[in-house]
Amino acid sequence: MSVLTVRETASAIRGGSVTARSVVENALGVMEREDGRLRAMVCVRGDEALLAADAVDERVKRGDPVGALVGVPVVVKDNICTSGVATTCSSAILRDFVPPYDAHVVERLRAADAILLGKTNLDEFAMGSSTENSATSVTLNPWDELRVPGGSSGGSAVAVAAGMAPVALGSDTGGSIRQPAAFCGTVGLKPTYGRVSRYGLVAFGSSLDQIGPLTRTVEDAAIVLGAISGYDERDSTSADRAVPDYAAGLDRPMKGLRIGVPPECFGEGLSDTVRHSVEAALDVYRGEGAEIVEVHLPHLSYAVACYYVVATAEASSNLARYDGVHYGHRAADPEDIIDLYSRTREEGFGDEVKRRIMLGTYVLSSGYYDAYYLKALKVRALIRRDFEEAFSRVDVIASPVTPTTAFALGEKTDDPLAMYLADIYTISANLAGTCAISLPCGFDGGGGSDGGGGSGGVGLPIGLQLIGSWFEEEALLAAAHGYQLLTDHHERWPSDAA
Amino acid sequence: MSTDAEIQTRLIVGFEIHVQLATKTKLFCGCALGFGETPNSALCPVCMGLPGALPVLNRQAYDYSVLTGLALDCEIAEFTKWDRKSYYYPDLPKNYQTSQYDLPLASNGHFEIETKSGTRRIGILRAHLEEDAGKNLHDVPGCSLIDLNRAGTPLLEIVTQPEIHDPEEAYTFCTELQKLVTYLGVTHGIMQKGQMRFEPNINVAITTGGTEYRTPISEVKNLNSFRSVRSAIEYEFHRQVHDWKSDNGYLIKERPNENRGWDDDKGVTVFQRSKEGADDYRYFPDPDLVPVTVTQDWVNEVRLSLPELPAARIKRLTTDLKLTTEDAAAIVANRATADLFEAAIEAGGPATTLMKQYLNVWAKLANDQDASIAGLGVGHEAMASLAAMTEKGVVNATAANKIAEALIGSDKSPETLAEEMGLIAVLDEDQTEKWIDEAFAENADAVKDAVSSPKKAKKAAGFLRGQVMRISGGKANPKITGDLIEARLAELASEG
Repeated sequence: MSVLTVRETASAIRGGSVTARSVVENALGVMEREDGRLRAMVCVRGDEALLAADAVDERVKRGDPVGALVGVPVVVKDNICTSGVATTCSSAILRDFVPPYDAHVVERLRAADAILLGKTNLDEFAMGSSTENSATSVTLNPWDELRVPGGSSGGSAVAVAAGMAPVALGSDTGGSIRQPAAFCGTVGLKPTYGRVSRYGLVAFGSSLDQIGPLTRTVEDAAIVLGAISGYDERDSTSADRAVPDYAAGLDRPMKGLRIGVPPECFGEGLSDTVRHSVEAALDVYRGEGAEIVEVHLPHLSYAVACYYVVATAEASSNLARYDGVHYGHRAADPEDIIDLYSRTREEGFGDEVKRRIMLGTYVLSSGYYDAYYLKALKVRALIRRDFEEAFSRVDVIASPVTPTTAFALGEKTDDPLAMYLADIYTISANLAGTCAISLPCGFDGGGGSDGGGGSGGVGLPIGLQLIGSWFEEEALLAAAHGYQLLTDHHERWPSDAA
Repeated sequence: MSTDAEIQTRLIVGFEIHVQLATKTKLFCGCALGFGETPNSALCPVCMGLPGALPVLNRQAYDYSVLTGLALDCEIAEFTKWDRKSYYYPDLPKNYQTSQYDLPLASNGHFEIETKSGTRRIGILRAHLEEDAGKNLHDVPGCSLIDLNRAGTPLLEIVTQPEIHDPEEAYTFCTELQKLVTYLGVTHGIMQKGQMRFEPNINVAITTGGTEYRTPISEVKNLNSFRSVRSAIEYEFHRQVHDWKSDNGYLIKERPNENRGWDDDKGVTVFQRSKEGADDYRYFPDPDLVPVTVTQDWVNEVRLSLPELPAARIKRLTTDLKLTTEDAAAIVANRATADLFEAAIEAGGPATTLMKQYLNVWAKLANDQDASIAGLGVGHEAMASLAAMTEKGVVNATAANKIAEALIGSDKSPETLAEEMGLIAVLDEDQTEKWIDEAFAENADAVKDAVSSPKKAKKAAGFLRGQVMRISGGKANPKITGDLIEARLAELASEG
């Protein structure tokens, strides 16, 4: 594989050694070759991308100032609005929805002279952990095409892992960037809640959703984060804080870095291969003089339950607008307004979305609100306090991203609870609102974490999760970058596995 | 069954009032308030409820609400949040309304009104801010159309205590409240345009044999005039008492409360729906908006913009300027007009003449132009000068009318206009005598009547004065002219 990183691409184009057109053509070629099987992309806008690339090349030639992501091909999860380009959320209900506006992050990418190649597949409305809940297609894991890529940003993870683009944007409500990043061997960053504007991100769980990059290197994640974060007056929950130069702050000594390790994340349900890889990663840090400290997250065991109350409550309300009246799918020949509503939603939503709408409607209903929603908010406050306590003692917290490596297609589709538990280590960062990153820390050797199947060779990727304190992305990225300087897991490609 | 002689009834009315705030833009987006515009022309992704769009609070709407809360003597909450109220309706694009549920921005206030039985203090339970919905249009057969221009318009909902016990009192409360909020400038307050919507909650306490019974509460919708508010309450009172008499089980504990509509043509309320099985709106805090923390500084800043309220101002004008209560109330009905009036007084305008011109001259001109007096665009100094000129006799009343009309849209002073229009009264007695000579010569019969017939004397003298005014082209001073005519006639009489 000869796909450049974000940094390499931008610097080569800026320096004139390659053209944006050639970079984009190469990326489109990989898509052409790979995506017929992998199905990462919901739509590809090749002609527009080439036009944009030519415009960038023209400006470089003239010596005009260009942005930080000049000529860098990007793909964007299809729940992020793109003006004039369909934004479907991989749902039948929005199959033909074309937003009249760009999301804040898309504006930022364009302003930085990145080239939008297309939109990536996801679990419908970002609800799922395998990208199997998509009305568009099932996306395959490039390391083993019998396995899921994770989700819900599965298309974004696969696009980066397969070399279709050096960067993809995803969204993370309970692990939807980090978990597919781990399953596909890429870096996935969920910024602190409020760091990146949600304007134009189709809401799932508004108090949990956050947009972030999936890249091959931590350095690339830092560069992209710098481009997309910052205050946006159109998002009331966006933080009015300065944006540090994340890429410039990556080189920090590991010595003295305090890494918290919560035993709660290494208990029952964690596969041995994942445990060993994460422990080996901690040894790498230890070897560099980092201090490994035991911290406790006593309320972690309630996180999944808490999450599925808060997230579904918000989702039931956020998804109420898809009713066939104003835009999107509308049932044919309705008898009356109730028939229009119910058949539109019956036809337009998939099973998992319906399940969560019903769950969320239930927990907000009169008589149940206190027992479920209010109690979940209290638990959420306790989880946040656990992190405050932990971050008073350490700089970052380390854990696995997922209990296992990528599971088989269809393995958990009939067992929602088992699917929900795939996010057990990632959910709490969303509930607490902290930043967190997933980065490759090893491979399972081809046996598969479930002991069956597998592709031979290096096997499936394993992710290390580092969780940072609120708005401490600099420290988080530096800790992750330090690990990548000492290891080469992120330099492997799926083609190596074959 | 009780007989009429044995029962005592007491009407109980509380109001829910929706006030459409006159902000420049909608509550959670930058769209202009689109009332009366082409349907669906004042829209953006936010008020259309498009996927991914997010709300941002309009600070002016909050300030207006706090101002109203202060004027109603409410406690202003230090902390409030936004809640989503869920229900499906085609004119509600998100299928939830962003409102304030358990933490209203203002509470525990009161509003005083003057009634026949003296001053009444009506408690204000709470006031909160919420977004309005769009409108469903059913004009086209076979389909329903939706206009979202109104969607997202800020509404201040004011809820009173159930402390009104008389339809007339309800009428006074509503009219006075409307005056207050328009005076504050937080709304245009036009009921016909739905900018104020009054919804009375009505029931009756019936006492018989020492026991009190209460009828179910009905909430009456679609009231678009003060008169219909009063009529609907009167109607409901009689209906509820009647329904209880024909069925003693018609009680709040046994029957559901209901929504009723008002049919203005028939003068009756009409059953709309029962409130049995309370609606479940699934309120929860809106995660897209941040809570509002209202600092004392913020409240103080708003308090600075709180004007002297109408009741106090009327009282002051009657005391300080000796205006009648009716006159003062007429002036205070419009805040800008009252401000202009006081500025004209401040600039030296004589109060009585100014008042007369306000009611007779300026009010008439304003009425012709369908504007307020302040809306005429005539400055306080011009008004003060014109009143002073009139009082001094520099111009007469007819001339003052003409000058007033000429002042609209002109940047000239009344003095300049009076001169240019040749309306300066002639105070010179010699000139006046010459006009009188002419009038006497032309009207010998009238002169004769004035001198010889005591019965006709007064009328004839008045006629002669009118002739002098005519001959002088309106420049003669009526008083000087009158005095000179009187003297001349007295002389003729003594000679005769």
